Amino acid sequence: MVLDAVHQIQAEQAGDLAVRWNCKAGKCGSCSAEINGMPKLMCMTRLNTLPLERPVTVEPMKAFPHMRDLVTDVSWNYGLKKRIPKFQPRQPDASDGTWRIAQEDVERVQEFRKCIECFLCQDVCHVLRDHHMHEQFIGPRFLVYAAALEMHPLDVGDRVESLRKDFGIGLCNITKCCTKVCPENITITDNAIVPLKERVVDRFFDPLSNLFRVFSNSKT
Amino acid sequence: MSEYIAHEHDVLIIGAGGAGLRAAIEVSAAGGKVAVISKSLLGKAHTVMAEGGVAAAMGNVDDRDSWRVHFADTMRGGQYLSNWRMAEVHAKEAPARVRELEAWGALFDRTSDGRILQRNFGGHRYPRLAHVGDRTGLEMIRTLQDHGIHLGLDVFMEHTVVTLLKDGERIAGAFGYDRERGRFHLFRAKAVVLATGGIGRAYKITSNSWEYTGDGHSLAYHAGAALMDMEFVQFHPTGMIWPPSVRGILVTEGVRGEGGVLRNRNGERFMFKDIPPLYANQTADTEEEGWRYTQGDKNAKRPPELLTRDHVARCIRHEVREGRGSPHGGVFLDIAWIKERLPHAAEYIKKKLPSMYHQFKQLADIDITQEPMEVGPTTHYMMGGVKVDADSQMSDVAGLFAAGECAAGLHGANRLGGNSLSDLLVFGKRAGEYATAYAKENSLGAVNTDELESAEKWALQPFERKGSDNPYAVQHTLQDVMQERVGIVRQEQEMLQALERIRELKAASDRVSVDGNREYNAGWHTALDLHSLLTVSEIVTRAALERKESRGAHFRDDFPAKDEQYGGCNVVVRKGAGGEMHLTREPIPPMRDDLQQIVQEMK
Repeated sequence: MVLDAVHQIQAEQAGDLAVRWNCKAGKCGSCSAEINGMPKLMCMTRLNTLPLERPVTVEPMKAFPHMRDLVTDVSWNYGLKKRIPKFQPRQPDASDGTWRIAQEDVERVQEFRKCIECFLCQDVCHVLRDHHMHEQFIGPRFLVYAAALEMHPLDVGDRVESLRKDFGIGLCNITKCCTKVCPENITITDNAIVPLKERVVDRFFDPLSNLFRVFSNSKT
Repeated sequence: MSEYIAHEHDVLIIGAGGAGLRAAIEVSAAGGKVAVISKSLLGKAHTVMAEGGVAAAMGNVDDRDSWRVHFADTMRGGQYLSNWRMAEVHAKEAPARVRELEAWGALFDRTSDGRILQRNFGGHRYPRLAHVGDRTGLEMIRTLQDHGIHLGLDVFMEHTVVTLLKDGERIAGAFGYDRERGRFHLFRAKAVVLATGGIGRAYKITSNSWEYTGDGHSLAYHAGAALMDMEFVQFHPTGMIWPPSVRGILVTEGVRGEGGVLRNRNGERFMFKDIPPLYANQTADTEEEGWRYTQGDKNAKRPPELLTRDHVARCIRHEVREGRGSPHGGVFLDIAWIKERLPHAAEYIKKKLPSMYHQFKQLADIDITQEPMEVGPTTHYMMGGVKVDADSQMSDVAGLFAAGECAAGLHGANRLGGNSLSDLLVFGKRAGEYATAYAKENSLGAVNTDELESAEKWALQPFERKGSDNPYAVQHTLQDVMQERVGIVRQEQEMLQALERIRELKAASDRVSVDGNREYNAGWHTALDLHSLLTVSEIVTRAALERKESRGAHFRDDFPAKDEQYGGCNVVVRKGAGGEMHLTREPIPPMRDDLQQIVQEMK
């Protein structure tokens, strides 16, 4: 794994090399980096899948301020989450304060709840990476988070207006780069962002003209 | 003159895994001003790795379950060394803690009537583990994290504590540094909760990440608190062993719960050969019966693969020693075989064990729906820790609390799978509650600035030395020593050698030097962590020498049987007046009659 190589360099050649890691099993999302230019988890990238006849480049994520070596300042992400209205359950279904939920309803949002917060999707998103619209746009990770709340079987909160006005969902032009880099294989664009866009559209726009817009954007 | 950034809170929580976050939520809900110190980023703690589920006797799948059965299972699993009051509180309160998570947004898998589904797990008599596929820990930590951030917690990510501060006999705060800039921080607080997790990095083969260097254990010990049961280190029977880069990574017990079986190189299910008497009448007589148990047959007894972790780990080690192991020195764990029994086995496995499927496919290029996995024991969990009051979780030091893995008491000689997530919730909440109460009754303690200055001076020494010892090399050597001499099977001579090596490594740790500056310097952090690692390694070794018997996770080659004179006591370690380690055997208080009766009934 690339992470093992980085560790070996750290132990033997560059003792002060800065790198984040924890679980080594693709479950904590700490060791995000750009390996040969591709956003990946270092712990899940096998060296033998890379061309070893030339040097392997390992670089920090580019969409966030650089701290040192492979470590970037991802605190913006943590601040964002606080802005998204929290989970609000409906009244309990049973007198003992519990709810009855069908397994299918649990499974519908399971995909979004798999997110390990590695922020690779944020790293690769053009709106953030190239256009630096961190103020206007919450990025794929937090659209997935909002989708997990909006589609949660117990949640009665309403984030649709905020999605449009505060979180910049309209800025996503569905290029699906986020989906491609997700190490958890979450279908970010199709399953989370597009349905949220549809909710925004249903509430704020004429459905027919917007259908046209979705199709014209998907070509870019 | 030392330079530091000062912070003041009612309650300071060191550690941001399940126990720390649950404690913080409790403090916040009670109106206390709370700080959480996290060694990594928020949400990356080891809790995230927990796969199987959280044990709580809700009785959703089998209504014969109750807190009484859960209590009896926990006591039996802990070989009756557990603090029985903690085991009682835990069994009674776990269901409410799980339901509370649901009210905060956690989504567990469901029964057909829409309630929380529960699964079988080693040592639990009935299906008891609430779960979400095999990523329960992620669901739990994310729920606590997302709930907590709206409560106004001050989270200090990527900060590490180097020492606790006291005002006379009571706690006054902590002193540490931030990783980003290497600046020092003084955290003054009326109460402190330790929730730092385990000590896995003391061993070479471990499922734990770099963070688990026994910080809480060591901080508490040096602050004068007693530690207990430190000889009991749990080796999880099934860690990955191949390829080498993934060695130690956990393979969930859920694989066995869903019908996975252990075989040696001859294809034999060796677990049937050695069934301990304590579990004989709860274990399946035939392979057929074991399979029915995993499929929910209430009249079937559990397969021997689901015996307690200590026993399964030793059986695997035995097979390997006898030359019946797999090619890379483990045994085979086979879930693919269930295709003989189920029509859509591959889909079933992927649905029930998605992370495991993913993990083996990506890390080892193995399709677990088609071929067996190679597994072997890996250092997983520390049963021992800070000795606390069963109800309040306060240690011997006034105002210093501990919860979760770094506290002792619930698990005794061996922890049951699923009991750690419930432990975090039940005792995290209690620690938060009682720490808040303590903070309300006490003001901030005074801080001695000389102490801060000497802590800072100590922490900066590695930059000033021009020695040749490398912090990584010292850590690796220590891991080898502990793995080989204080591992799954122990004996006196080897442990005495380990003590000698630890003494040498302590001297080496005082010579280590690091390059570079204070900004995000991993070498420096490793050098400072050595202090905790060496402290806990010595404590584990001394406690293991003290217990001259085999019980639970502690197995002595030179004393292979249980010895009743040790059965009624815990080994307790305190720092002596002259800095020496002071060990005592302390008798366990007699169990309350009503609890005694439950144990008898469930035998």
